[in-house]
Amino acid sequence: MAKSATSQLLFHSSDWNFKTLSRAYDGIETIALDELGLNVYPNQLEIISAEQMLDAYSSVGMPLMYQHWSFGKRFVFEEHHYRKGHHGLAYELVINSNPCITYLMEGNTMAMQTLVTAHASFGHNHFFKNNYLFRQWTDANAILSYMEFSKKYIAKCEERHGTSAVEAILDSAHALMEQGVFRSRRPPRLSSKKEQERARERLEYEEQTYSDLWRTLPRSAERPNPEEAEREALERKKVLNLPEENLLYFLEKNSLILEPWQRELLRIVRVIAQYFYPQRQTKVMNEGCATFVHYTIINRLFDQGKISEGAILEMLHSHSSVVFQPTFDDPRYSGINPYALGFAMMQEIERICNNPTSEDRDWFPHIAGSGQWRETLLDAWANHRDESFILQYLSPALIRKFRLFLLTDQRNEKYCEVAAIHNERGYRAVRAALAKSYDIGANQPDVQVVDVDLLGDRQLRLRHNIKNGILLEEKERDATLQHVRHLWGYDVSLVGIDAETGKVRYECATA
Amino acid sequence: MPNFIDRRLNPKDKSLGNRRRFLKRAREELKRTIKEHVKTDRIADVDAGHKVPMPVGGSNEPTFRPARDSGDREYVLPGNREYTPGDRIEKQGGGGGGTGSGAGTGKDEDDFQFLLSREEVLDLFFEDLELPDMIKLSLKEAVAFKPRRAGFATSGSPTNINVGRTMRNSYGRRIALHRPGRKAVEALAEEIAQLEAEMSLDASKRQRLQALREELDVLERRRRRIPYVDPVDIRFNRFERQPLPNANAVMFCLMDVSSSMGEREKDLAKRFFVLLHLFLKRRYDRIDMVFIRHTDEAGEVDEDTFFYSTQSGGTVVSTALEEMLNIIRERYPAKEWNIYAAQASDGDNIPRDSERCSAILNGALMRLCQYYAYVEIIDERETEIFGSTDNGTSLWRAYRTVDDKWPNFQMTRIARPSDIYPVFRKLFARQPTMQFRS
Repeated sequence: MAKSATSQLLFHSSDWNFKTLSRAYDGIETIALDELGLNVYPNQLEIISAEQMLDAYSSVGMPLMYQHWSFGKRFVFEEHHYRKGHHGLAYELVINSNPCITYLMEGNTMAMQTLVTAHASFGHNHFFKNNYLFRQWTDANAILSYMEFSKKYIAKCEERHGTSAVEAILDSAHALMEQGVFRSRRPPRLSSKKEQERARERLEYEEQTYSDLWRTLPRSAERPNPEEAEREALERKKVLNLPEENLLYFLEKNSLILEPWQRELLRIVRVIAQYFYPQRQTKVMNEGCATFVHYTIINRLFDQGKISEGAILEMLHSHSSVVFQPTFDDPRYSGINPYALGFAMMQEIERICNNPTSEDRDWFPHIAGSGQWRETLLDAWANHRDESFILQYLSPALIRKFRLFLLTDQRNEKYCEVAAIHNERGYRAVRAALAKSYDIGANQPDVQVVDVDLLGDRQLRLRHNIKNGILLEEKERDATLQHVRHLWGYDVSLVGIDAETGKVRYECATA
Repeated sequence: MPNFIDRRLNPKDKSLGNRRRFLKRAREELKRTIKEHVKTDRIADVDAGHKVPMPVGGSNEPTFRPARDSGDREYVLPGNREYTPGDRIEKQGGGGGGTGSGAGTGKDEDDFQFLLSREEVLDLFFEDLELPDMIKLSLKEAVAFKPRRAGFATSGSPTNINVGRTMRNSYGRRIALHRPGRKAVEALAEEIAQLEAEMSLDASKRQRLQALREELDVLERRRRRIPYVDPVDIRFNRFERQPLPNANAVMFCLMDVSSSMGEREKDLAKRFFVLLHLFLKRRYDRIDMVFIRHTDEAGEVDEDTFFYSTQSGGTVVSTALEEMLNIIRERYPAKEWNIYAAQASDGDNIPRDSERCSAILNGALMRLCQYYAYVEIIDERETEIFGSTDNGTSLWRAYRTVDDKWPNFQMTRIARPSDIYPVFRKLFARQPTMQFRS
C-alpha cells in the first residue's frame, strides 16, 4: 500500500536530477495550463552555479551583456554581500524572452526547484507573454539575438576604437539611461535591417543635394525682429520634434559630433533601458502573479498526492519568508515587499470573487461574488500595471490587514504628518497615494530637451519639470550634465521649472 | 517538455573582463590605498591579498537623481499601531518615519571593502618602482615545486603504474588464494589427452578420466575467478610536490631614526625594505627579520617601533653595525643562515665615525653577509648635485671604499621610489658573488 501511495510522487529525495526536474515540470504544466488557464512561451530551463548567478546579477539579469566596468563594480559589490552573508542569492532568474529562459540554481533542493519552476517558468512567463506593457513595448522574440548583437558589436568597437573610447561613450549613455526611455509615446519599431536601409538612403540623398555654395551666403547682419525669431524657434522645434523626453534618442539622432558607431552604442543602451522599463512598472503585479501561481500550483500538487508532506512544508517555509512584510518600525523594513503586496492582492481578488463581504460588494460590485476569480486575475494580469492595478483592486480589507497609513512630508515642516490611516475616511487616500508611489513616470525626474539653436551657439537646452518641489542632487546633476555635453559636443544648459507655479527654481549650464 | 540546459559547464570567470575594466578605472585610487597599506602593514604582509575600500572617485555613476532634502513627499507605510490622522512625527535627520527602499543602500556602497588578489596588489605596488618586466614576473611567480618520488599509492594515472610492485602484489595474492598455476593445468590437460588417446577404456580409467575432467573444470573456473592481475594489486608511483630546496635567510633592516629622518624618508626606506623582502621570499622558505634602529646608540626593536617611533639624539652609525655583529654571533651563525642586510639612512653621521663603519664592514661584517645594500635617502633637489658624483657625506665616502672592495656590497642614493630598484640589480644578476663566502 505504501508503495502505491509513494509511486504517485513526482520526486522522493531532495536531490534533483534532470529526470525528476522533467517529471515535476510536466506535473506543474498540467495544472498551470489546464486548471489556471495560463498562456506561456515555451520554456527553457538552465542550471547555473552560484558564481554564474552573481554574474547575471551584476549585469542587470541579462545573460549576454556587453562588458563594462560598472558591471565589474556591481559584481564585487554583490559578491561581497553574498560572502558576508548579508543576503542570499535568488533561487531563480527569469528572462522575458521567447523561449522564456529560467535559471535554476544548482544548490536548490528538488522541492525548491519545483517551487521555482512553478514561480518563474509559469508565473512570470505568463505575465511576460500577456501583460499589455510587455506586449507593446518589448519584443521577446528578438531580445536574445539583439543582446548577442550588441555584445559583439561593442566588443568589435573596443577592438577598433580602443576600450577607453567605447567606455567614455557608454559611461555617458549609462548616466542618461533613466532619460533614455519613451514614456508616453511608443518607440518606433522597425526591423534593424529596414531601418539601416532607410538611414542609408537618407544619407545618400543628403550627400547628393549638398551644395557648398550655401555656406558662402552672407549672414544677415541686422538683428531679426523678435517675432521672426520666435517663428524660427517654433520651426526649429517642429523639425527636431521638440520637446523630446528621450534624451538618448535625441542625442543619437541629432548629436553634432558623434560618429555612427557611437550613435549605435547610444542606441544599444537606449534599447536595453526601454526593454526593462515595463518590468519596473509591474514589480508588484509580476511578483504577485508569479507567487500566486506557485502557491496555487504547489497546493494543487499536494492535493493530488504528487508531492510529499516534507516537500510541501519546505516549499511553504520558503514561500512564507518570501512574502514576509516587516512593519515600518522594524529594523528589517526596507519598503513594501512587492511579493507580499502582490500576493496578498491576488489572494484578495480570489476571496472577493468567491466569498465577498458586504463591504466588498460596495467597493467591487463588478467582481464581488462572481466566482470567476481565474478570469478576473487573468484579465488584471493582462491589462494593468502596478499603479492602475493598485488603484483598481486594493481593497479596504487589505489596507486593514497591512495596517497601511499615509505620511506626508512637507519640505518646510519639522515634522511629518499622518494624513490617513486604515479607516473609512482614509482608504481612498491611502490607496491613491500607494498607487502613485508605483508610477515610475511621475516619480522620476522629468528632464526634456526643449530647444537647440543649430545655426547659432548650438547650445542644448534642457528643462526639468519640478514636481512637488523635488529638486535634483546638485553634484550628480552637474556631473550628468557633463555627460550630456560630452555626447552633444557643445554646451548644455538645464533650467528647473516648477510644474505648478511655472517659476524658475534654478538654472545651470556646463562651462 | 521544456528544454533543459546545464550551464554549469560553461567557462568560468565570465565577469573577469568587467573586473579588469573596473580595476583599471579605479587604478589611481587603488594605488593610493596600496601605498597606505605599504606604509602601515608589516613588511612581510605587503604581498598578501588586500582588502581595500571601494574607490569612490572615478567609479561614480551620476544620474539625474532626486535630492533627498527637498520637496513634498508622501509615504505609504505598513504596520500602523497607534497613529490617527493628524498625528505629527518629528523628522529624524531630514528623512521621514521611513524613507523607502533606496535610503539604506547608498550608504552601504560607500563603506564596503573588496579584496584585491596578491597579483593585483603587487601590480600596483610595482607600478612606480620601475622594475624590469622579468623581475616583476619572477617576483609574482609562486614558489616553484619539483615532483619527488614518495612511496606508492593505490590510485593514480595509468602512466604512473609501478609494474614491479603491482606484479609482486599480484603474485602474493595468487599464492594466498591458491590460484592454479599454468603448469598444473597443463599437466592435467596432458593426462586427459593421454587417456582420451587410448582406444579402449576400462571402467576405472573411465572413472579416472571423468574425475580428471571435473578437476580440470574446477581449476579452470578457479583461474577465471581469481584473476591474474586484480585492480587491488595495482600500485602507482606517488609523487610529492616539493618546494625547490631552500635555506633560511635572515634579513637585517638598519635605519637611522634620528629626527632628521622624516615621514618621506621613512616611507622610501620602507619600500626599500619591502622590496628586498619580496626578493628574498622568492628564494628562501623562511626569512627572519631583525630590525635595528639607531641614533647615537643602537638597539633591536620590533617592526612597529622601528617605523613609527622617533628618538632624539645624535647619529652614530657604527653602533648599529656593532649591534648587528652581536646578533649574528648570538643567533644567526653564518654557516646556517644566509644573511642579508639593508641599511637606510639620510647620510648623517658624527665626524670620524664613518671610518669606523667602513672598518667594521671591511673587517668582519662583509665576510658574513651574502649581500649588503645601503641606500642614502636624499632630497629630490639634491639629486642633481649628488646624483653621479662621489663626493657627499662622510658616510657615503667611507662606504665608497667598501663598495670598491666587496662585490656583494651595493649602495645608492634615492630620492624617488623609482631609484630603489638599481640597488637590487646585482642581487638578481646571479653572479658568482653569491658563493663569495665559501
